[in-house]
Amino acid sequence: MHKFANPGQFTKLSTRVLPWTSSFAAVCFLFGLYFGIFDSPADYQQGETVRIMYVHVPAAWMSLLTYSLMAAASASFLIWKHSLADIAARSLAPIGAAFTAITLITGALWGQPMWGTWWVWDARLTSVLVLFFLYLGYMALVNAFDDPEKGSKAAAVLALIGFVNVPIIKFSVDWWNTLHQPASLSRLDAPAIDISMLTPLLFMALAFKLLLISILIIKMRTILIEKRIEAKQLLKSG
Amino acid sequence: MKKFLALVQRDLILVYRSANDAWVVLFFFVIAVTLFPLGIGPDPGVLQQLSGGIIWICALLSAMLSLDGVFQSDFDDGSLDQMILTSYPLELLVLGKCFVHWLTTGFPILLISPVLATMLNMNLDSYSTLLITMLLGTPTISLMGGVGAALVLGSRRSGVLISLIILPLIIPILIFSVAAINASGEGVEISSAVKLLGALLIISSVFCPWATAATLRHLTN
Repeated sequence: MHKFANPGQFTKLSTRVLPWTSSFAAVCFLFGLYFGIFDSPADYQQGETVRIMYVHVPAAWMSLLTYSLMAAASASFLIWKHSLADIAARSLAPIGAAFTAITLITGALWGQPMWGTWWVWDARLTSVLVLFFLYLGYMALVNAFDDPEKGSKAAAVLALIGFVNVPIIKFSVDWWNTLHQPASLSRLDAPAIDISMLTPLLFMALAFKLLLISILIIKMRTILIEKRIEAKQLLKSG
Repeated sequence: MKKFLALVQRDLILVYRSANDAWVVLFFFVIAVTLFPLGIGPDPGVLQQLSGGIIWICALLSAMLSLDGVFQSDFDDGSLDQMILTSYPLELLVLGKCFVHWLTTGFPILLISPVLATMLNMNLDSYSTLLITMLLGTPTISLMGGVGAALVLGSRRSGVLISLIILPLIIPILIFSVAAINASGEGVEISSAVKLLGALLIISSVFCPWATAATLRHLTN
């Protein structure tokens, strides 16, 4: 891992990886959307609204995964002082915030016809909203210092503290009796979902993950290039 | 222990010399609570139902108002660097600073809250629970807020920033406190929410000084 923590190595590797991840993401989105919209049955209870799930559930998974990655990157930044880990954490925050926003919005759109309300204050919804606030707090803190190094350190500590919320979200549907339904995929016995609905869901999940990697690479490279421009301008003016 | 008390004494003297800052927080708390009956109407039944929540929300907001100052003055005049350099464990120094913060903001709020509870027509059975939740919850806010105060040290607009990053993290205190107060209104003496508040206080008194000290070392080196 430390070998690739070099910005030059990263740029080289990411140039090769990016076309693959982005094109695979596009293909998976096409498959997932096709299966999700045309080639999967409507639910016997939920009707056509069940198709919102194919965006909502992968986005919710991504909101947690992105935060976990951000916390891991922050930890490795604090431990090994790799500037690339810091850049990764900085780049992950707005991506994760966007996934969380998608989760909340699609959830509200699904909740209105199904539960009869856009929003309820149950444990799952509230804890995801807190996750959204944590992302925003991270973004506010990381940019609040005149010295970017200080911002990175403070925000990294905050990301680690906020990580306590991730297991709370994951298990909120099991710990409390909530309106939000419990997990139907990650169970010890077979998943409680039919294969015709599982296929588009998994395609969409894969598409979202590839999308995350692609955006992350683009964002990290942008920051690296910005840093180089800044350094060159400093050289020129100095 | 002697050094710990010396630090607490020094900080208390500092607060006493600029007593205005402590009064302002208490005054804000009273004004914020007063706004609620004016905003939602003076109906005693409604106010009784909301009283616990109103008092606790205002207590949280008042705490946010004062938290960014916990390390600020010591950071500005350089004495914080000296404290980090001493052989005395920084964790205990942080604990002392959080204790002084609680003594000068959380404790006065606790003392005045029964008066405001009366004005909000709180259920008589809930007074003791209100005081217990305040006694367990406000120190936890000071401890967790200490981490936030260390994080925003030296940033721009640190006062607003600390609210943004700490309020999401202290939501459990609000939830458990109001749940306990509401349960006491229905005749439950000590509910599980009170025990959870106690657990939060114990956990944060161990974990938060350590996290605060680590942050201070990281940010000031």
